[in-house]
Parts: sequence; structure tokens; C-alpha cells
Amino acid sequence: MHLLEGKGVSIHFGGLAAVSDVDFYVDEGEIVGLIGPNGAGKTTLFNLISAALEPKPGEILLKGKRINGLKPYQICRLGIARTFQTVKIFGSLPAIENVRIGSLFGPLNRLSTMEATKEAIELLEFVGLSDVASAPAKDLTLSSQKRLEVARALATRPALLLLDEIMAGLNQTELLEAMELVKKIQKRGVTVVMIEHVMKAIMGICDRIIVLHHGKKIGDGTPQEVANSKTVIEVYLGEASDAGD
Amino acid sequence: MSDLMVIINMLALVYLGWFVERSLQKNKSKMWLFSGLVVVMLVILFTLPNYGPTYSYIMVTTILMYLVLTVSWALFSGPTGYISLAPAAFFGVGIYTSAVLGKDIPLLAVVLLGGILSFVLAMIVGALTLRLKGTYFIMFTFGLVLLITNLLLWYEIKFTGTRGRFVVAAGNDTIYYVMLGIFILLLITAFIIKRSKFGLALQSIGQNEEAAAHMGINVTGVKVIVFAITAFFMGMAGAIMTMKWTYIDPYSAFDLFRSFLPVLMAIFGGMRYFYGPVLGSVIFAYLEEKLLTEFPYVYKLAFGIVLIAVILYLPDGLAGLVDKIRARIARKKNALT
Ligand SMILES: Nc1ncnc2c1ncn2[C@@H]1O[C@H](COP(=O)(O)OP(=O)(O)OP(=O)(O)O)[C@@H](O)[C@H]1O
Ligand SMILES: [Mg+2]
Repeated sequence: MHLLEGKGVSIHFGGLAAVSDVDFYVDEGEIVGLIGPNGAGKTTLFNLISAALEPKPGEILLKGKRINGLKPYQICRLGIARTFQTVKIFGSLPAIENVRIGSLFGPLNRLSTMEATKEAIELLEFVGLSDVASAPAKDLTLSSQKRLEVARALATRPALLLLDEIMAGLNQTELLEAMELVKKIQKRGVTVVMIEHVMKAIMGICDRIIVLHHGKKIGDGTPQEVANSKTVIEVYLGEASDAGD
Repeated sequence: MSDLMVIINMLALVYLGWFVERSLQKNKSKMWLFSGLVVVMLVILFTLPNYGPTYSYIMVTTILMYLVLTVSWALFSGPTGYISLAPAAFFGVGIYTSAVLGKDIPLLAVVLLGGILSFVLAMIVGALTLRLKGTYFIMFTFGLVLLITNLLLWYEIKFTGTRGRFVVAAGNDTIYYVMLGIFILLLITAFIIKRSKFGLALQSIGQNEEAAAHMGINVTGVKVIVFAITAFFMGMAGAIMTMKWTYIDPYSAFDLFRSFLPVLMAIFGGMRYFYGPVLGSVIFAYLEEKLLTEFPYVYKLAFGIVLIAVILYLPDGLAGLVDKIRARIARKKNALT
């Protein structure tokens, strides 16, 4: 059984088919890359999986169980956590409190306040933010805020983590660190789906890549397969030079 | 002389608010001293009818009424940023509970029931409207007050034939004790909520509601329940306060001013601090009672000027000003040593 599976997942905004009839799956332990040009529907697919939006029509299954129609907080407690493309932190709260909120409310089996605090401290260290633990989240640099979102998402003890462009705008060193971080997350036993425009990162760490274009899935396979696919090269890699933001 | 007693009791009330804020902080030094002072303040407050003239505890009752409205309002709207203009509705439900049932059941039961009915109304209203954002929520809660007023007016004229009702009166000291009890219960409730993880949930909702939902917080649930808890206190306050007024009608019971004043008092005192709204309403209420009767025009003018000045120059209200002054004194001390 797949950890996550989507069947004919679709959503329309007015006349725009933002995601249209997409079948996909994610297996336990994988790092799956989700790529596609700007406006392809990648973030929308994350919104559908995390229940910010409801698929119409289509079906989403977590460990074989249908999760359509649940609320975002229920999806979170069932084990799907996410970060946001445009960061959505709790700005005036200290970094540590941002993470503690994740550990206090996210896990299906409640942690005590002490355990939650301990876990938050551990996770801040895991993403390399121990130094700024008590600084208000809004005072952190953008790349730190993105890592804070990762720590906060991990605090909910997910089985599956959805990362939306956490590597956008990073310099070379930061990029390598971020790739290392995703690898470390996989080693913790968390399955990862990551949206990314940075090809180097995608090709470097993904076990499998799903390609979206105009809301449709046009490719799905190992980095090698996708890189050699004619359709993918035509519609995506050809445009990649102007989609690298 | 009686004004001095009022002022001493006002200080006692502000101290209680400050103490709650202090207890929420990690700094635990001198807590034994501060807790001891709480006992002193409570004694001062609870014995006021024994040593103060009637005027003094009638005055403090009015101050307490504004305190309950403002502190409950700030408990929900402060962290979440949902500006509710419904206090008058919840307060009015309490008033009408008293007016309708006052002669049939014991006083404390009436007060409790006023709170419970407000709680239920808030649950319904909250479930319907707390998904509305910003201006829409403000307008809806505003509309709620108007809606209830007019519905009630229609009902009274159609079925009872008279617009108003007489309320069973209670002694000034009884009203004072009950109001003080409600306020202290509110402080305890606020402390519990703020210290628990619900306090953190409320803050995260105010900071970024979408992210809060994806972190496993049942945002609608948290908002509705806390909104209803604050309505419970407003309802109780209305139920006991009417017993002082003897005659009410839908307009006086659902006076929209009671929706605006808590907002103004909280801003005036400083919403970033727990004791800010306490400070704001104590001072505001005192000035209102003093000036409104003696110099109505001066009062309204001063009211407007002070409010504009605070919004322009003191974004964190009086409590923020106190903080700034304290920081400046500390800096001077450091410079000297
Ligand atoms: N809530 C919404 N209402 C209307 N249109 C939307 C909404 N969300 C997304 N869209 C539209 O759906 C399309 C897909 O958007 P989406 O954000 O999923 O793209 P994306 O693949 O994440 O792109 P990018 O790489 O730029 O982040 C876009 O045309 C976008 O304008
Ligand atoms: Mg996107």
C-alpha cells in the first residue's frame, strides 16, 4: 500500500483547471520531487493534499484511507505536515514558540508540555537555529524563517512532509546545507515531497520526480528517466532557464 | 474623602491585573511578596462596603462593570485580532435574563443563567461568523446588537404591549460583591487560558490563522469556545448590573456604547499587556463617571482628544508608556553607577 495516493485529483478556479485529473502516489521513505513551470499547479496540489482546498472531483488516500473532506488540523494530526511557499510564521512569537505550537497541537498522541518543549529545542538544533531560539520569528532572515517552518512542521511528528520551495533564493552554501537537511529528514523516517525549481537540488536528492504542466501530470519517474523524457524536456526543461526564480 | 477610597480601590484592581500579568511571566522572584500583596488588595476590596460610604462602592461597581466588559473583550480580541462589537449583545442578554426571571429565581441563579444564555448565544454567533475575516466580522457583530434590539422591541410591543420592563432591585452592597466576584473569576479564567496551550493557540491564530490550522489547531473550535467564555462573563455582568437600574427597555439594555467602550478602553490601556486593559478601563470609567455628570461637554471633548492622542502617540497605550518610563529610569540608574 502507498503512503499517499491521489486518484483523478482535480480543482478548477473559475475556468482555470489548476490541477486536472492527476494520479500520483508516494511511498514510505521516499524523497519525491514535484516540479513544473510557474503556475503549473504544484502549490495547489499541496493545498489539496493538506486540505486547504478540497478536490473536485478526485480522491486522496493516506495509508489506504480516504481523507477528502477533513479539516487541515485533522490532516495534520493524521501525519501530513507542510511548509509554505510564502512563509507563514507566527511573527511576533519567539522561534521556539513557533516550534512548540507544532509539538503541542500536531501529534496525534498528545505530548506533555515538558516533552513538547524538549522536542522543540531538539528540532531547532536539528535545523540549525538554536542561536535564535528566543528571537521573534519575524526578525529572522528569510532562509532561517524557511528552516523554522521545517522545524515547526517536523514538530507535528509527520509521516509525510510537504516542502514548498524551501531552497528558493539560497546561496550555494545554504543550498548544500538545505539539501543535507532534507536527507537528514529522510533518515529520521519522514517521507518527503518537495516542490523545487532548483534543478541541482532536485536531481541530487530525489528518489523520484513528478512533473506537472498546466495542471496535468506529464512525467513521473527517476531523475534519469525524467531528464531523458522528451515531453518533459520540451515543456519544462526548455523553459527552465526562465523559471529559475 | 470618599473619592480617596474609590482611588485606593481602583489601585487595588489595577494591582490584581498587574499581578496576573506578572504570574504569567517566567520571572518568579519576589513572588511571595506579590502574592501577599494580593491578599491585602482583596481584603481592601471585599471590605469596602464596611468602611466606605455608599457612593464609593456604587462607583467601584460601575468601574468593575467596565472592567469585566473590557478584560473579557481583550481576552479574545487581543490575541486573535478579531474585533468584536458584540459585548453590548451579551451584556444585554444578561440584562433581559434578570428582567424576565429576576423575581422567580434566586439572585445568583439569575446571574449564572444570564452568563449561560450569553455563552450559548456566543457559541451560535461564533460558529456562524468566526470564519468571517476582518471588517466582515466587525460588521456582523455590530449588526447582531441592532438585530436583537429590534427583534426585542417588536416582541415587547406586539406581545406585552409595553416597551420596557421593571427589574427586581438588589442592595448596592450585594451588587458590588457579586460584580467583584465576577471580576475575580474572570481574572482566574484569563490566567488559566493564557497559561494553557489555548493561550498559545489564540496567539498563533492572530499571527497566522492558516498556518495555525495546518499545525493541528482546531482554529474554529478554539475561537468559538474562547469567544463564548468571554460572553459568559459579559452576560453575568449584565444580569447583576440591571438590578441597580430598576427599569430597562431594549434600547438601554443593548446600548451600543457598551460595545465601543471596551475597545476604546483596551486600546487606551495598551493591549499588548494583560494589565493594560485593566488600567485603561479603571481610569476611563472613573473619568467617565466623574466628568459625565459634572461637565458633560468637557468630558466628551476630553474623551475625543485623549483618544486621538493615545492612538497617535502611544501605540501601546498607557501600559506601554509606563514601560517606557521605567526603562528610562533604569537607564539613568545604570548611567549613574
Ligand atoms: N486560490 C486560488 N484562486 C484562484 N486561482 C488560483 C488559486 N490558487 C492558485 N491559482 C491559480 O492556479 C494556478 C496554479 O497555481 P500554483 O500556485 O499551484 O502554481 P505553482 O505550480 O505552485 O507555481 P509557482 O512555481 O509559481 O509557485 C495559477 O494559475 C494560479 O494563479
Ligand atoms: Mg508554488
